[in-house]
Amino acid sequence: MNKILALAGVVIKELYRRKDFYVLFILTALITLVMGAANFFNDTNIVRYLIEICLLLIWISALAIAIGTAARQIPAERENRTIFPLLAKPVTRAHLLVGKFLGCWLACGIALVVFYTFLAIVSGAREHQWPVVHYFQALWLHWMCLAVVVGLVLWGSVIFSAPSANATICLIVVVGILLLGRHLNVVALRQAEPLSSILYTVYFVIPHLEWFDVRDLIIHGQGLVAWPAVLLASLYAATYTATFLLMAWLVFRRKALNV
Amino acid sequence: MFRKTSPCFGLLLLLAVDFSLATRLAVDVGPDTWLGRGARSRGSRGADTGDLLTILFGDARRMFANHFFVEADVYFHSGYYPSIFDQQARPKDASHMAGEHGENEEQEHEKAMDFLGKPKDWIDRFGRNFFVTEHMHLGGGTEREILPWLRISASLDPQRIETYTVAAYWLRARLGKVKEAEQFLREGLRANPDSSEILFELGKLYYENYKDVQHARNLFQLALRKWTARNADQPAKAALFQFEQIMTHLARLEEDQGNYREAADYLENLLTHDATPNPEIIRRQIEELKQKADASPPSPAPAVKPHGK
Repeated sequence: MNKILALAGVVIKELYRRKDFYVLFILTALITLVMGAANFFNDTNIVRYLIEICLLLIWISALAIAIGTAARQIPAERENRTIFPLLAKPVTRAHLLVGKFLGCWLACGIALVVFYTFLAIVSGAREHQWPVVHYFQALWLHWMCLAVVVGLVLWGSVIFSAPSANATICLIVVVGILLLGRHLNVVALRQAEPLSSILYTVYFVIPHLEWFDVRDLIIHGQGLVAWPAVLLASLYAATYTATFLLMAWLVFRRKALNV
Repeated sequence: MFRKTSPCFGLLLLLAVDFSLATRLAVDVGPDTWLGRGARSRGSRGADTGDLLTILFGDARRMFANHFFVEADVYFHSGYYPSIFDQQARPKDASHMAGEHGENEEQEHEKAMDFLGKPKDWIDRFGRNFFVTEHMHLGGGTEREILPWLRISASLDPQRIETYTVAAYWLRARLGKVKEAEQFLREGLRANPDSSEILFELGKLYYENYKDVQHARNLFQLALRKWTARNADQPAKAALFQFEQIMTHLARLEEDQGNYREAADYLENLLTHDATPNPEIIRRQIEELKQKADASPPSPAPAVKPHGK
């Protein structure tokens, strides 16, 4: 476990040494504050549009951080040849994968805490309400979603030849699931066979990341998601993450490490 | 010295040329050329002044404006809204957003918005824990949340009249922001000088909020003249609904002022144009107004005669 934590620590250090997070956070803050300064019919209590913009930027930033960080972990180690001294120590390839995953996931968690704290401050300053539990639930589900994304990208990083190709393909897949995942069954039912069955199979196979996107509930001031549902969704995310990591290990354990 | 600074100098020079060309082109080959003569003839103020949005987006701004108008509707329904995969459930117009509907329309709207139906599988059933599944409309002052999207929509497409009338309705009728509603309507009127809808909404504002009868009468009558000019031949069903609205408001105004004869004349116009779904009720109202006119002393004639056949 210590080996995994040590590997994860290196990835977390990488997050605050690189400029990506700072740039994305400053951009999010800047755009949100500029939009917050806009005057709509002299009404200072309008806040939902601001929460929507801020949450959208948080989701974009978090996806960029998760995919960007996870996609370059293993290829960078191989390219710099640091993977050889790393695996020469009593560290297995499974340790390396899990350590990299944990590091990326924790780094995303740290970034999310900063982003959601900023959102809470901005919305709280405007509407004088502090729905902390709602924000915590949104953050938790968002973080669970990123676990699946990091797992997927790590699997991609041992399959695809370049980090850029992996990042692009994973981004398209993740955004595709977020936008269409919920409606795929409706689309499948409208198609003729065999397309209908194929689409329905895809619908059941893909990880339904859209469950973890509770932005609409936050924006429109809806109630909390039932905690048992949150727990089940977290288990669902954990299962998919484990599946992706297992598939990554199956490919990685026999992969030649020289570039 | 010259060799050292030449790349930066060159870059600055190029930037200056780019900027000059861009600003020059914006004036010479401005939006009029891009949008064609049609935009100008529609009274496109945004296009005439060559504002930044027109230059940046061209005609695509109408598409974005429509998107933001729909976003206002999404907010009005607190996030419960059909996606592109439930197109048939999408509201056809914005009348439900402007609160201009009766009980029947409300029931139809409720039925149309039941687009989710029963869950199709366990993923669908479980997924419903994580998005809005209850149809409700904003209320209790939270209606203000739709305003930013309407404001942005109007900035992108100043010719979209519905945006002004819907925003003005919420501003004056629900949020008590009459001054802001008037300003927004006047902004809409500057962009659409021939709009009977905006003039009518302004008339309602003057009548219901400012209680300025003379100003309201003038605005209603101007709206009627604009409507007549636009619908001289065969008015569409939607246009006839607006005609009915103008006429009934003019009739109500005259009745409130004790001008029963004029009020009856306005209502008779509805029958002449076959512009009411309930002619029997209108006939009864006309009869009542005539009886009141006979019973009361003659009143001074209004400034402009009612719209004739």
